[in-house]
Amino acid sequence: MQKKVIVSWLLMMMFWISACGAPAPAAEAPEAAQPAEAAEALTPQAGGEIVVAYKDDLATLDPAIGYDWTNWPTIKMVFDGLLGYDSGTTLEPRIAAEMPTVSEDGLVYTFKIRPGVKFSNGREVTADDVVYTLTRVLNPATASPGAGFYVGIQGAQAFIDGSAATVEGIQALDAQTVAFTLTAPDATFLNKMALNFAFLVPQEAVEAAGQDFGRQPVGTGPFTLVEWKSGEYLVFERNPAYFQPGRPMLDKVTIRVGVEPSVAVLQLEKGDIHLMGDPPPGAEWARITADPAWTDRIEVQPKVNTTYIAINTTTPPFDNVKVRQALNHAIDKERIVQLLNGRASVANQILPALMPGHDDTYEGYAFDPEKAKALLAEAGFADGFETTIQCIAVDPQPKLCESFQQDLANVGIQLTIETLAAPNVIENAGNGLNPLTWSGGLAWTQDYPDPDNFYAPILGCDANVPGGWNWSRYCDEELHAQSKELLAMTDRAARLEAYKPFFRTLMDAAVWVPVIADQYNVAHSEKLHGQPLLTHPEHGFIYETMWMEP
Amino acid sequence: MWRYLARRLVLTLPVLLGISIITFVLIYYLPADPARMYAGPSATVETVDRIRRELGLDLPLWQQYTNYLGKLVQGDLGFSYRKQTPVLELILSRLPYTAMLIVSGIFVELALGLPIGLASALARGRLPDRLGMLVALLGVSAPPFWLGLMLLYWFAFQIPIFPLGGVEHPTSIVLPALTAGLGGAAWYARIMRSSTLEVLAADYVRTAHAKGQSRHLVLWRHLLPNALNPIITMAGMDIPWFIGGVVLVEQVFAWPGLGRLAVEAIQTVDVPLILGTVSVTALIVVLSGILVDLVQSLVDPRIRLSR
Amino acid sequence: MGAPALSSVGVAPARAGVTPMAYWPLVWRRLRRDRAAVAGLALVAILALLALAAPWLAPYDPAEQFRDGLTPAGQPLPSTLPEGSLRFLLGTDAVGRDLFSRLLHGARVSLTVGVLANLLTVAIGTLLGATAGYWGGWVETLLMRVTDMMMAFPTLLLAMALVAILKPSMGIIIAVIGLVYWTWIARVIYGQVLILREREFVTAARALGTPRRRILLAHILPHLLPTVIVWGTLGIATNVMLEASLSYLGIGVQPPVPSWGGMIQQGQAYYRTAPWLVVAPGVAIMLTVLAFNLLGDGLRDALDPIQRGRD
Repeated sequence: MQKKVIVSWLLMMMFWISACGAPAPAAEAPEAAQPAEAAEALTPQAGGEIVVAYKDDLATLDPAIGYDWTNWPTIKMVFDGLLGYDSGTTLEPRIAAEMPTVSEDGLVYTFKIRPGVKFSNGREVTADDVVYTLTRVLNPATASPGAGFYVGIQGAQAFIDGSAATVEGIQALDAQTVAFTLTAPDATFLNKMALNFAFLVPQEAVEAAGQDFGRQPVGTGPFTLVEWKSGEYLVFERNPAYFQPGRPMLDKVTIRVGVEPSVAVLQLEKGDIHLMGDPPPGAEWARITADPAWTDRIEVQPKVNTTYIAINTTTPPFDNVKVRQALNHAIDKERIVQLLNGRASVANQILPALMPGHDDTYEGYAFDPEKAKALLAEAGFADGFETTIQCIAVDPQPKLCESFQQDLANVGIQLTIETLAAPNVIENAGNGLNPLTWSGGLAWTQDYPDPDNFYAPILGCDANVPGGWNWSRYCDEELHAQSKELLAMTDRAARLEAYKPFFRTLMDAAVWVPVIADQYNVAHSEKLHGQPLLTHPEHGFIYETMWMEP
Repeated sequence: MWRYLARRLVLTLPVLLGISIITFVLIYYLPADPARMYAGPSATVETVDRIRRELGLDLPLWQQYTNYLGKLVQGDLGFSYRKQTPVLELILSRLPYTAMLIVSGIFVELALGLPIGLASALARGRLPDRLGMLVALLGVSAPPFWLGLMLLYWFAFQIPIFPLGGVEHPTSIVLPALTAGLGGAAWYARIMRSSTLEVLAADYVRTAHAKGQSRHLVLWRHLLPNALNPIITMAGMDIPWFIGGVVLVEQVFAWPGLGRLAVEAIQTVDVPLILGTVSVTALIVVLSGILVDLVQSLVDPRIRLSR
Repeated sequence: MGAPALSSVGVAPARAGVTPMAYWPLVWRRLRRDRAAVAGLALVAILALLALAAPWLAPYDPAEQFRDGLTPAGQPLPSTLPEGSLRFLLGTDAVGRDLFSRLLHGARVSLTVGVLANLLTVAIGTLLGATAGYWGGWVETLLMRVTDMMMAFPTLLLAMALVAILKPSMGIIIAVIGLVYWTWIARVIYGQVLILREREFVTAARALGTPRRRILLAHILPHLLPTVIVWGTLGIATNVMLEASLSYLGIGVQPPVPSWGGMIQQGQAYYRTAPWLVVAPGVAIMLTVLAFNLLGDGLRDALDPIQRGRD
């Protein structure tokens, strides 16, 4: 199912790029869409340099600290973990020699380390590095935002509280073997081991750099950082000691920061840069997609993301499920996609299309203002009411909220828009102060491809606390108990099937209006290629496999 | 004059202290949680709490403030949450660029504004006056972000004379300086025109004319020193304007200045970086104010500084 | 140097001595003779009328997002539709609304913010600057240090804090601009007063025992008029732009209410594909600034106490 979605029409359009020999998930693309160029097979070539432009400055390259979409792909350049993903969402061993063995009870995971993997300082990776890395993430002094992912390891809580000097559940059995013991079975544990937070760091380099490790990173990744000028650029060079033979293809990657997307488009057209870190502005999208010169310069791939209106289920009249359902019928999602110049797709449920567990047969709430009015009348709001939505004040979010405003006016609801800076919206929504919150620009993008990642952190009872991300303030105890059972299921197929009715219950409760699924809209030089693509649903850009035509 | 200078410098302290207190209180009461922003999107509430403790954000406000002051006295501006770098280092790396933009921006303003203003005043009501005014108005009505984009589009993209943003080339400064200076040039032109007219009508100039002094001599000896006063004041105010107001210019041109750093700090609620950028820019602004008053007294000895 | 001093002293009391009945008709007569000033006045009047009559003049509701107001690709429509009809006089904006209707309605917000916020900044700035400059002593120290502090304080943080505490509205915007930007005028006025207070006509008035407040109002303020007018007229454009940057922070007028600054803000990314989105409100702002400048220049000349001797 995964692959079917990846092979979207735009991807087919670019089939010839992926036909360059790499094991492409797009293999089943139709013959008709194949342009003539597909014939002259492009062989990936080593060498070459690229320049990438980003709007925001990079914060840090410390894998224990960095936690946003600019940092993640860049951290992946310098670091690597025991596990990673193939070109889709299937886990594969990276620094681990093979997938780990799991004990019968699902509590103990044993990893073998691939021999001969070296940090860029020349030292070989051992099991002690794994122990050090995860202990460091859990150590309160590190203040890692990822610590919460690993508290399920036995003894982690005691270590955090200070009552234990080491984490009992992380043990190096010998130089090449490391075992993790969990307190309860967790179907997502291996996904968590593929997160950036679990990327291996060498103790001696961390200690030598002190707090500056994020700017002097040492890892096992395909590149090494050679220069960083704050607010200007970062220069990465090929790591000759990289353990994957023949990779990376590029010799040098320069990341320029602080470049406005409008200007980056000009730089790309002029040939100053080869890749835009941010999507081209909506204002330019219609122009460049219509321009034949740009055909080979655009890559579109869906993101594992749902952008939604969170409905605060504790604020009247939204405590009435009919009102929430009415809202779902009132919003014209096609119009939102049009306002985004087609840079998104309509979402009809909580789980994104790319997420395992997504229900292809579910139809969702149709855009039907009459039905919305009827539901409002049933709920006793035939004359409508007044309410407020908060949106972040960054284009294009305010204009999308204006569209909601008009949609709701059509069914008699008078919507006031409050546009604020992102931290304020997050704070207000997290404290249950907003009747409605538009998640655009703050939207939930998965940490790992597991449906639980779309429940527990944003709709679960544990997140329904002041400051939590459950902006719907929704907690169904029964559902919550069920989610814990689902997490312990080991049969993956059965587990994913069980999530379908689970999320249907949430949709029936109409805790969100799922509006759109975001996508990667990448503008790049026609000479820059990926294998098969420049972006990956988990990692964003994958610099490791990028290559330049001479 | 030295005593005056010493007094002004001493008076800077309460000003800076006041600013830091207000900033501290504002951040504290701002509905945005620094620990939450630091912790990132999927951190649990426990993680956020732990981070809050780690960062010392759980302490009472006064204690946070005294801790900050204690470090400040030792020259330690703290450590940026998001960038994991000493705040002072970040600020010092951006300061030269901001200084460059300020100096070149003010240069553009003066180089365009003063001649236009002078010419308009001397040709009052005639064509050069009207034309000069029109140019000035165009400058003040053009939104800086858009103006920057247009300049880039025409003079870096269509006609590639200048680089498309960045700071690598020696000519990189030209377009940002133009963008930053064009709006201000209108102000200088209007102020210059106004002061010139004022001075021209003043009695001592008329007297000088009556005494038969040449027009040029009158202009240079009487007009400029007098017209310069509001101009110098204006130039002094440009510094806060440039620090606070050229964020958009910095954004369009990928110029690594302090403005961008401050905005980034505020957007990510990076408390030490907010405090650092605010304090340092405040210091610059206050010092430039002192400088302006000094220069003014040198240019126009009638201003007494001694009191 | 005795003669000029005498003539200066001669002018100021004369001005103060002129009865309002005689002074204001004179100003008005001189203003009417100034063709540029009359043009400015007319333009200001037209703009004000357009703003007032916007609900009747605008062809559409400025908030209505038309289904057919965007191209299928989501781009704004130019003024000339393929069919050649003039359904949208100036085309549509990024959300598919009629730009012309928004321009007319935007005049209300922008003119109000531009003019009122400017009155506020000029009033506060002139009062404090002149007081500090003339009074001297601890008043000067206190006022100018407060000015320093306000000036050094980052506007962005202040605006963000204010918007987080208060609900954004037009009144708040005017207050924020007024509270933040008076410092500039205060400094300029202060600098001028430092010079003026040493000028002959002031020292002479002081020597004659004229009370301080009277010297400030009758002798110094009139000389500040040219500066005040320059700031008063140019400041309007700056404020319209400031409103735009405030709306960027979320403190501007809230959608869907249109303002010229906000329209520019939303439209500038379309500089290549739909340039009218910036040009239309940009021209509106320019006309406004032009109008107030012409009027300001005329006023300045007409009110000029020194010039009057030439009539």
